[in-house]
Order: sequence, then structure tokens, then C-alpha cells
Amino acid sequence: MLGKLGDMTAPLLSLEHLLFRWPGQDRPCLDIPQFRVAADEQVFIHGESGSGKSTLLNLIAGVLLPQRGRIEALGQELSGLSAAARDRFRVDHIGLIFQQFNLIPYLSVLDNVLLPCRFSKRRLARAGEGRQAAATLLTHLDLAEDLWRRPATQLSVGQQQRVAAARALIGRPEIVIADEPTSALDAARQTAFLELLRRECAAAHAALLFVSHDQRLAAGFQRQVHLDGINRARQAAT
Amino acid sequence: MTHLLPLALKSAWNRRHTLALTAVAIALSVTLLLGIERLRQDARDSFAQAVSGTDLIVGARTSPIQLLLYAVFRIGEATNNLGWDSAQALAAHPAVAWTIPISLGDSHHDFPVLGTTGAYFEHFRYGDKQPLALAQGKPFIGLFDAVLGAEVARRLGYRLGDRITLAHGMEGNGLAEHGDKPFTVVGILAPTGTPVDRTVHISLEALEAIHLDWQGGAPMPGLAIPPELVKKFDLTPKAVTAVLVGLKTRAGVFAMQRWVANYRDEALMGVLPGVALAQLWDMMAVAEQALLAVSALVVAVSFAGLVAVVLAGLGERRRELAILRSVGARPRDLFALLALEGAAVTLAGAVAGVVLLAILSMVAGPWAQSHYGLTLSLALPGAGEMKLLGGVVLVGTLASLLPGWRAYRLSLADGLTPRV
Repeated sequence: MLGKLGDMTAPLLSLEHLLFRWPGQDRPCLDIPQFRVAADEQVFIHGESGSGKSTLLNLIAGVLLPQRGRIEALGQELSGLSAAARDRFRVDHIGLIFQQFNLIPYLSVLDNVLLPCRFSKRRLARAGEGRQAAATLLTHLDLAEDLWRRPATQLSVGQQQRVAAARALIGRPEIVIADEPTSALDAARQTAFLELLRRECAAAHAALLFVSHDQRLAAGFQRQVHLDGINRARQAAT
Repeated sequence: MTHLLPLALKSAWNRRHTLALTAVAIALSVTLLLGIERLRQDARDSFAQAVSGTDLIVGARTSPIQLLLYAVFRIGEATNNLGWDSAQALAAHPAVAWTIPISLGDSHHDFPVLGTTGAYFEHFRYGDKQPLALAQGKPFIGLFDAVLGAEVARRLGYRLGDRITLAHGMEGNGLAEHGDKPFTVVGILAPTGTPVDRTVHISLEALEAIHLDWQGGAPMPGLAIPPELVKKFDLTPKAVTAVLVGLKTRAGVFAMQRWVANYRDEALMGVLPGVALAQLWDMMAVAEQALLAVSALVVAVSFAGLVAVVLAGLGERRRELAILRSVGARPRDLFALLALEGAAVTLAGAVAGVVLLAILSMVAGPWAQSHYGLTLSLALPGAGEMKLLGGVVLVGTLASLLPGWRAYRLSLADGLTPRV
């Protein structure tokens, strides 16, 4: 695995001939001949709602398995793993940020950030001193120390999204997937959040998959992909 | 599992009010269930304690249970009497070691009055073959002497030397009093935890004496025999309610029972106390089962409540489940999280139920003792109760698998993006 990672030609994430159809539907939801992401790459994936974004995220995160094709992350073919192994793989290597309601209401900010370390020995080991790492991330993401012990629900939406980013980044996973993380923020905060996220992903050497319907956010991404452009299922539909 | 426990605790704490209410419902149902079981056990123990060492209770033919209830527990209707001749014949039988004739019917402030002989204090046994002991005074010697059970003396505040009058009949106010012939308290028995504590003991002769000038349950008009004169009459009783019989060897009990049944001069019946008690429990079994079934139903209802509460909470927790999935929780972790919560609430409810029962027994114990002569035990749950308790926790845990299973299904269906 290390050898493959060192090999510049091997992508961090690779989807080949991927076909996914929801049970009970005649037409596939996703039909992606090829999609690759290199290590450290920051990709903006543009997709309307209903374009299969969430399905794609669930596939990459190993929650769903395609009917056909391969999803390879860090040289690991996900279909070859058991469900439990995929769950472990996800927490070991992938940080996730959702649109909203990212935080567990009954945990403090700090405990929310430390959640992946609770489930992953690898993330815990890579974080070093867990609390120290969380503190550093929270500080970088501009969250004042007096918020850390508060229940997550007492924070503003913008603050909550930054906590979610800290959680996605703790223990330096190789991939960070953000699903419309800014849609609940106003325009000014969107930009600020995006900048922070991109900066921290770069600092952590994590590839960033940023999924959004909002084309305006694409500026600044080195690579922009239109989901319908790589998804043949949608091309056939339209 | 260990990484889930703190999460489960914090999550439960977050919903502590609903869960606490659910636990209270479970605690109450557990108290009811165990309380009924314990009451049943204690009632049986109390009854079994009441008579010991008596091989046969002999009385006029009636139902064995009725004879036992009346003669030993002073419960129920007066049975027919048996003639004094029969009692004498019984006492003279070669297999018989001792007899205690007893006569019931009068009362003192709702406590039954028992006419008997000195043999009562010598031969009567209760509990584990314990003899009666006098806390104060001595057995009755004089005609109008009375020996009180511990409870009678305590409740009515009697001391040695106090004068008491007896009432004709058993219950209620407005009973005709034997006011002309007062008794003197000469002895007070030590507590036994049996109906003896609630009994006023006098001699058979005294019982005869106070009824000399009575007929058909009322004083004979125009006839009043003052206490000084009663000794001039023959005070040998004409009949008694029952005779408690002790045999020389227990092995002869069935032969003796046959002898009693075949007794020619009178229709008699001999009852083995243990057998009659067993019959009584058989009779009560249906009622006991019904009570137990009702309380089991209450437990079931409280578990339905638990499942409903946890399931209802699950709808709001779908986001939470998705987040946990995103940070590596397996569906079976989420199953465990929910099942663990239900099991913990059940366990907390069960423990609280046991504590509540202990408090209740402590508070209600003296009352049950004085009103029903029922000793409520304040013991750790016995084997039977532990079985019930184990059953409750098991059923609660099984019931909690349902929300666990639902969480499992939801987390598989939702993945990282709950459809709420």
C-alpha cells in the first residue's frame, strides 16, 4: 500500500466503470466510467440536488456498494472489504462534513471533534495527543477556547460547521469529503469557511472533495468537475 | 463496546427526563410484581407458622379448610361444635399424648376470645415447634382470669391486673356485653407473630360461666347470676369448637384420623393441619396466579412504554446515527447503543423497584402486622423473587432489542444521509 501511495501515477481515489442503481429502480443513478482524485488534490464537484451527489458520497465512504465497477481508495478496493472493515476504513481514512446538523447534541464541542479518535486507533495515533490536536485544529478554525466545553447545540451554525471541519480533519485522514457544508451559511461566511477548510486540508495533506450545487463556490479550486459530466446515467436521462 | 459506553451514557443523560419517567414506570411495576410475590410468600409463611406440632385438628364435620381457618386463624364462620363427651373420649384414646380443647365465639374489642384449658400453655406450639412463653404474669388459674396475646395487650394498652369485659359474638359494635362478669388480666404472652397474639385466652369454665344466664345469644330476661354464685353451678363445658390433638407417635396419625371419622356418637372430622393448608393454597392458587398475571401484564405495559419512548426518540436521532456512522460506528454498534440503553433503563427500574418495595415493607410492615397479623419480611429478594426479577430484566432487554434492530435497519438504509 505504501509503495502504491508513493507511486505518483496511482491516484488516491479511483472510480472505474462504476454503476449504481437503487433497489427497485429501473435506471441506474450513477454510471461513471472513470473518476480519479490524486493525493492532496482539491476537487470541486458541482451537482444539482437529485443528481446523485449523496449516493456518490455514500459510495466513496463505503456505506453503499456499486452493482458494478471498482472504487479504490488508497489502493484498497472497497468492494473487497466486509461491511465492518469498510466502516473501519471510512473512519481511518475519510473525514466527512455534512450540510448541517453535523454535531451530536449531547457531546461537547471537544468531544465531537474527538469522535473519530474514539472509533479509530489510526486517527488517534496520527492525532498524537488527541486533545492537543483538537485544540490546535479548533484554534486554527477560529473557535475560541471558551466554546470548547459547551454543548455543540449552543453554537451558531457557522461555528458548528467549523467544529465539523475540525472533526473531519483530526488524525489527518487522507480524504476529506464535504457535502454542501456552506449551504446553511450566509455568503460572507461561506467564503471564510471555504478558505479555512481549504487551508487546513492543505496543511493536513488531505485531498478535499467539495460537493455543492453552488457554482459560485468553485472559484479557487484547482479542479472543478460537473457531476453530470462524469455521470453517464444523467447524460442519458437528459 | 467500551468506546460506546460513554456515548450511551451521555446520550441517555441528554434524554434523562423521559428515560427517568420510563424507569419509574418500570420500578412501580416491578414493585407490584415483587410485592405480590412477597405478600404471597409471607402470607404462606405466616400461616405455616401459626400451628406446629399439632397432629390433628378435630371438629364437627365441615370443610377441612373451614375448620382449619376457624380453629387456628379465627377466620370465617363458626363451625358446629363437638360434644364434650367426644372431646373426653378423644383425650382418653391410647394413641393420644395430649389434647387442647378450644372454644370460640366471644370477642373483646374485635379480638377473638378463646376458651381453653391449661394444656394450651403446655402443649401448643407455633413456628418451629416453639412453645408459648409468658412475657408477664402467669396462666389463668382463677375462674375470671384472662391471658392476653401480645398484640391485644399492646393495642389496647392493658397491663397485669386490668379488668376487661367480653362481648358476645365476634364482630361489630353494639354486641351484648358480658358486663356483669369482668375478667382480670393475669398474664400477657410474648409475641409469636401468629393469631395467638390477637387472642384473649380464658378457661373453658369461665366461658361456660359467662353464658350461664344466657340463651340464644342474649341474656335471659329476669335471670342474672352474679359472679360470686357461678361456682355453685356445674361449669363443665357441654361442647367445644375444636380439639387440637398431639399423638404419641406421628406415624399413627392416619389411623387416628380414621378413628375420628368413624366415631359413632357424633359426626366428627380430623384434619391434618399441613394437608388442610396445602388445600387452602390450592384453592388460593387461582387467585394468586390471576394476581401474578395482572402484575406481569403491568410489567409488560411498562416495557411497551419503554420501547415506545426509545423508538420515538429514534426518529429524532437519525441524524445522530448518521454522524456516528460517518465516524466509523458499525450498524451493530448502533444496535448495541440502543439495546444497551433499554437494558440499562430496565436494570435501573428493576433496582429502583426492589428499593421501593423495601421502603414500602418498612413503612407498611407494622400496619400489616397489626391489622392482618401478616409479617412482611424485609429481606433481600429470595430465589423466587430473583427469578421474577431476572425475568423482568431479561424481558426488558429483549424488548430493547426492538429499538436496537430499528436503529440497525435505519443506519443501513440511511447511510450517511438520513431521509428525515
